Amino acid sequence: MVADAGTPEPVPRVGDAGAWCGQCGEARDDAAGHDRCAARAELEPPRFCVHCRRRMRVQVTPGAWTATCSRHGSVERSTWS
Amino acid sequence: MHGMTAQATGTDILDVAREQVLGRGVPLTKEQVLDVLRTGDDRLQDLLALAHEVRLRYQGPSVEVEGIVSLKTGGCPEDCHFCSQSGQFTSPVRSVWLNIPELVRAAKQTAATGASEFCIVAAVRGPDDRLMEQMREGVAAIKAAVDIEVAASLGMLTQHQVDELVDMGVHRYNHNLEAGRSFFPRVVTTHSYDERLDTCRMVKESGMELCCGGLVGMGETLEQRAELAAQLAELEPHEVPLNFLNPRPGTPFGDLPPMEPADALRTVAAFRLALPRTILRYAGGRELTLGDLGTRDGLLGGINAVIVGNYLTTLGRDPREDLALLDELEMPIRALGETF
Repeated sequence: MVADAGTPEPVPRVGDAGAWCGQCGEARDDAAGHDRCAARAELEPPRFCVHCRRRMRVQVTPGAWTATCSRHGSVERSTWS
Repeated sequence: MHGMTAQATGTDILDVAREQVLGRGVPLTKEQVLDVLRTGDDRLQDLLALAHEVRLRYQGPSVEVEGIVSLKTGGCPEDCHFCSQSGQFTSPVRSVWLNIPELVRAAKQTAATGASEFCIVAAVRGPDDRLMEQMREGVAAIKAAVDIEVAASLGMLTQHQVDELVDMGVHRYNHNLEAGRSFFPRVVTTHSYDERLDTCRMVKESGMELCCGGLVGMGETLEQRAELAAQLAELEPHEVPLNFLNPRPGTPFGDLPPMEPADALRTVAAFRLALPRTILRYAGGRELTLGDLGTRDGLLGGINAVIVGNYLTTLGRDPREDLALLDELEMPIRALGETF
């Protein structure tokens, strides 16, 4: 989508898909693949922003986690059904 | 037969444990724990069944459920080689503090599961004035809002800090030995085993309950694992949390393989036989090491306490799965204030 002239491009948020792996911080199209990262994501929150690769501040509580990138905002996920 | 192995005397260690631990309530010695750790996979089910009998006889069927939360994450000056929160390694974990409203919210979430314990943890060498003030405010806020026992884990303490925590109403303090004395220098170099023991002893003398356990699967020998069990038994903590190494990226132990499940379960049973009257808690690493079936096997093999929900920096099982399993196994959740 092309933004209208004068309308700033929306800044992608942490929870959106991005170019970097949230677990290892490497490029998603890395030829080595991210099988281990996918498995690891079952047991831990992302540590890197998928848009800029910055290390995020991550707070884990008994029922949720919150990951915050200084540029791309926060995402919170409940881990209890 | 103190000091001799069952192998040396020609007796079967499980027969010895049945008579000694189940029959008379006498814990296994270090040498006997080592014999148990050396039993083969063909004896595992018998071993777990015996450990379960011991648990039921001396601790009953109920299970203590606890939630834990990190008040201060990351940036720790210590170099515990298993820990992603050390500031000395290239771990991706960044420093972050939890505020009081979030702390109370986490305690409420935990209490909603039926848990009787909520442990506040900080990644520090020992608490400074800022952390103690945060604790004072946080514990008071939790006690005003939630019906749950508050525990703490803030590293090494001074006597004054022990007294302050008692004054706040903290009823249990966690400070793990982490490893047997002979293996400890391979795990931590920034403080000594004796410094850890000093805090443990001060906590016990204060009237707070002592929670003191360790990690297994860090490359220690079976002798060193048995040594940890014996040293914990000598300390007589109220609770022993048993962690299985979850290799963290960027830490010195980050490339170690997870423990074999049978090895982990054998360790659970061996620790129960060394600590028949102690709360033995499944702590970190059980999901990675043992998966769903392992949780069941452990609860039927000596474990009588679990951490519900997430850990400090990693995720745990959905509490509903653990609670449903306890229901299925007819193991009631320990009520608030109930003693084993």
